[in-house]
Amino acid sequence: MNIFVCVKRVPDTESKIRIDHSSNRIIEEGLNFVLSPYDEYAVEEALRIRESEGGKVTVFSVGPDVALATLKKALAMGADEAVLIKDVLPEAYDGLRVAKIFARVFEQKYPEFDLLLFGKQAMGSDNAQVPAMVAELLGLPQVNVVTKLEIEGNSATAHREIEGASEIVTLPLPAVLSAQKGLNEPRYETLKGIMMAKRKEIPVISLADLGFGADELSPQMDLVKMESPPPREAGQVIEVEPEEAARKLVDFLHNEAKVI
Amino acid sequence: MILVYIEVRDGKVKKSSLETLSEGKRRADELGLDTAAVLVGHGLKGLDSGIFPYGASKVYLLENALLSHYSPSGFAAALAVLVQEAGPEIILFSATSMGKDLAPRLAARLGVSLASDCTGTAVVEGKLEVKRPIYAGKAFVTFRLAASPQLVTLRPNVFSLLEPSEAAGETLIKEVVIPEDDVKDVVSEVAREEGAALDVTEAEIVVSGGRGLKGPENFDLLKDLSALLPHSAVGASRSAVDAGWIDHQHQVGQTGKTVSPNLYLAVGLSGAIQHLAGMSSSKYIVAVNKDADAPIFKVADFGVVGDLFQIVPYLKEELKKVLAE
Repeated sequence: MNIFVCVKRVPDTESKIRIDHSSNRIIEEGLNFVLSPYDEYAVEEALRIRESEGGKVTVFSVGPDVALATLKKALAMGADEAVLIKDVLPEAYDGLRVAKIFARVFEQKYPEFDLLLFGKQAMGSDNAQVPAMVAELLGLPQVNVVTKLEIEGNSATAHREIEGASEIVTLPLPAVLSAQKGLNEPRYETLKGIMMAKRKEIPVISLADLGFGADELSPQMDLVKMESPPPREAGQVIEVEPEEAARKLVDFLHNEAKVI
Repeated sequence: MILVYIEVRDGKVKKSSLETLSEGKRRADELGLDTAAVLVGHGLKGLDSGIFPYGASKVYLLENALLSHYSPSGFAAALAVLVQEAGPEIILFSATSMGKDLAPRLAARLGVSLASDCTGTAVVEGKLEVKRPIYAGKAFVTFRLAASPQLVTLRPNVFSLLEPSEAAGETLIKEVVIPEDDVKDVVSEVAREEGAALDVTEAEIVVSGGRGLKGPENFDLLKDLSALLPHSAVGASRSAVDAGWIDHQHQVGQTGKTVSPNLYLAVGLSGAIQHLAGMSSSKYIVAVNKDADAPIFKVADFGVVGDLFQIVPYLKEELKKVLAE
């Protein structure tokens, strides 16, 4: 089983996001970057499939040189190979652009795979677009937001989380799947894994290597404005006997907020 | 034309699709465009009548026996056929599980970018602008989409429904032809989660708990409250989910769901930054917590400092009284 996992370097979830309004970008200084949490589930699932079915796990990331650290993390978890597709454009929140790059990589450089795994969305851009777009561009079937996965020979059965239920889909391989929390419990890196990852050569592909022209990957989304959320003002806080507290709370809900 | 995808679940049109249609109609009026709706599946006849009152002047029913169950590749192929024919300027989806799955597939098929999970739309200088949260709501970006058609998904529970009108419109039933090879990811079965009628993203009221509940059994307190409150669902913090007290489906925050209900009732939940990101766009936030310094009180419209185990039973009684009125 040849398994590919696409991962992204993102600010961790504890990050306070500050904005540079002159460039309409977030200020990266002081942020702690990690392997996107949903991608960790995808890497873990790939390792588990390799352990039961045999095969090889290769991780791919589109990003600047510092994304090598993200790929090293996946290698330290146990992935066999990693590939960086070097892209220095700052985050454009345009999923199609990234999907086109991945699709070209797999068409031209790495056409042999059985499973193409992603996290259900990258933390931050929160688009949840790239897996479905890559699937379409490669003409493959897809299941997103997967909480359970079984591989049997040349097909997979996936449970996909929807509102208050799960959809069950059986599909032929190769296929695109994206991981949701609950799929598994990602392992920690081992010391041995970290040492191996350090020594591992990571090939770097440039956008020019993929034959993209200068304008071909210009974002199609014009960012007009980036802003902080409207601040919420703290309301009244009371500390009284439980019975009175409950009465006042319900009075607020009923007479002021009018939500019940 | 603004074309709005209408989702059908269990033989019914989803409310969030009608919210999306309503918003589409408002923008279409400003842009001087028509509004049309499209449904995909098999045996859709009769579903059109409930759609006209929310602003569609045309309803397309795209029929194909291969599409009696959802398949992202099949549904995208069918929609692409209509887009070629009808040439809409803008296509809207509700950012439900299905919308988030289907819209990017269609976008790639059409070769256009997509603005996902938007919480605001406006027409500025004759162009559509959309606003969407990033970093789970820690920041917002406003976009104009350069490609045509402009594809957008709108977050459920954010956009108001139009006052239903008496207007009727035209129904066009189309047998779409799609290659059988395009339909390899068909849903074979839907397994319902027991007792979870409403998802947190769809609920008007979310009753949410955290570590302060002290154990899985105490989520029953919140389930009882939720049972009293119409259109409500039970939410949870990451720490409660990671402790195994409640299923991940209920998690609100940056590794869970982002919600914007009318009321978010946070019980025994401190309000970590990644949690606040997922719920601070709620219309009203009310919190019960024993720690007066909990960050949740900084965003709450009304806060009660105290022991939830003492307060919630009274809260239940008070709610019963008010709801009985």
